[in-house]
Amino acid sequence: MPVEIDIDHVARLARLDLTDEEKSRLRVQLGVILAAAARVQEVVAEDVPPTSYAIPRSNVYREDTPTPSLSRDEALAGAPEVEADRFKVPRVVEME
Amino acid sequence: MTDPLCDRTATELAEELRDGDLKASEILDSCLERVDAVEEQVRAFLNLTTEAAHELADDVGRRRADGEVLWGVAGIPIALKDVLATKGITTTCGSRILHNYVPPYDCTPWARLKAAGSVLLGKTNCDEFAMGSSGENSGFFPTHNPWDLSRVPGGSSAGSAAAVAAGEAVWALGTDTGGSVRQPASLCGVVGLKPTYGLVSRYGLIAFASSLDHVGTFTRSVSDAALLLSAIGGNDPMDATSLPDGPRDYTRGLDEGVDGLRIGVVEGSFGEGVEEGVAASIRDAVDRLRKLGAEVGDVALPNAEYALSAYYLIAPSEASSNLARYDGVRYGLREEGASDVVEMMTTTRGRGFGPEVKRRIILGTYALSAGYYEAYYGQAQKVRTLVIRDYEKAFESFDVLVQPTSPTTAFELGARVDDPLAMYLSDIFTIPADLAGVPAISVPCGTDGNGLPVGLQITGKVLDEPTILRVASAFERDLGTAFVPPLVAQLRE
Repeated sequence: MPVEIDIDHVARLARLDLTDEEKSRLRVQLGVILAAAARVQEVVAEDVPPTSYAIPRSNVYREDTPTPSLSRDEALAGAPEVEADRFKVPRVVEME
Repeated sequence: MTDPLCDRTATELAEELRDGDLKASEILDSCLERVDAVEEQVRAFLNLTTEAAHELADDVGRRRADGEVLWGVAGIPIALKDVLATKGITTTCGSRILHNYVPPYDCTPWARLKAAGSVLLGKTNCDEFAMGSSGENSGFFPTHNPWDLSRVPGGSSAGSAAAVAAGEAVWALGTDTGGSVRQPASLCGVVGLKPTYGLVSRYGLIAFASSLDHVGTFTRSVSDAALLLSAIGGNDPMDATSLPDGPRDYTRGLDEGVDGLRIGVVEGSFGEGVEEGVAASIRDAVDRLRKLGAEVGDVALPNAEYALSAYYLIAPSEASSNLARYDGVRYGLREEGASDVVEMMTTTRGRGFGPEVKRRIILGTYALSAGYYEAYYGQAQKVRTLVIRDYEKAFESFDVLVQPTSPTTAFELGARVDDPLAMYLSDIFTIPADLAGVPAISVPCGTDGNGLPVGLQITGKVLDEPTILRVASAFERDLGTAFVPPLVAQLRE
């Protein structure tokens, strides 16, 4: 059974602009893909712990030694728009 | 007639370079001559860095003249998949959204190779953000398989595999998240190695699915894979997932043979969906290993059938998070004319990403969203545990496992682009090793009825690269076949 997805809602969460044609194609394709992916639910695994990393490492420490980092100019070099040594974006706050 | 330099192995070339019988610039010229002859048809490269390559090759000559002892990777031309950051050299990930991105730093694998005198030829084409199994999801153009230009080279490291098969590069680096090194290696008749998770640093590898991403190698011999891995492996403080082990020389012990080794043939290797030409080559390979003295038996990985489903929840989920950074603010594409910042981000992403990346972002965002997380992502992580346990159990009885790398040989360009699920099945045999983090290598083992190469996958225990390399090397020696695409054979006539 294909799974039904609210594409508009998910696209909004993902900040992804989709055309109507893309949406209808994705709705069909993802329904089929999710139905196949949902096979994981056939596996009885109540007592099985989840794995996030196959070979986990935790508490990786190093000496807190300062080393050179990117200069401001280097960090800003790829930005589409820069002003006063900052990344510039269109307005964020609603205007009155 | 002797083979052109570009068609020889790095191991041979390194010896002649060290002995002073050869100059790095001669090898580079041979590769560039091959690029001139075939690149228009193969289209392996997004960006050729010819001028810088000449400088790097000359620099190797100067360092040797100054008395510096260089060996191994020094002076050998290499191609890098365009998801690996290279300082001052455009790095696109095969995506329009990064079409103009010039990294301010080098990834660790390339930084290590550069310091050792390696010569970068250029950046290779790939499926956008390494998502795909054919190379056709590149945001720029598809790469063609040197064995048959109407077919795909496999993916996602399409250009790296094709460049090595065609002799444009002596070797190359790629990345493997669900099979993106091994599957194209198999389809292009070259050796593809995916090491243990965390053995090669991912610092500067532009992330797709962080718990699954590996850097791997494309070479034309098993000893070359060992040599290249020796140069790039070992702990890196810049990658928190990097294993603590230091660099190691993997070229030792390659000729120890397989006598007495226990080799498990994975159930399903000849089953449904596996082409007859692939199954026949794998049967021959198993017979060959038996004759070489290995103890061969059957082994099951019962949860492998769920691995594909788990992968297509875990990888897109991680991707939806990793790719959130492409928002038109700090680098890459920005769509102009938006009235506010959210509209700018939304339209930039809508215009910059291609269909497969959008598909996976939506899939991953859905799988992680409220109400679905436990049923999809949570359950997939449990299946991942079971896949790992299957390997642990199998390795109680066997030293290595063998199976086809890919259920099919190279398919026609366009054949699977409209059927994502069929495309995903290309990785059915490669995904489990990514989920479990275990090392695996694909080595050419024959050709099918159409003359297309077949790859044998050899999988080992965590950090047991020496054993899979040893088995692959014994197999390669015994088979004794040079896998030369018709395109290259014609040039040599």
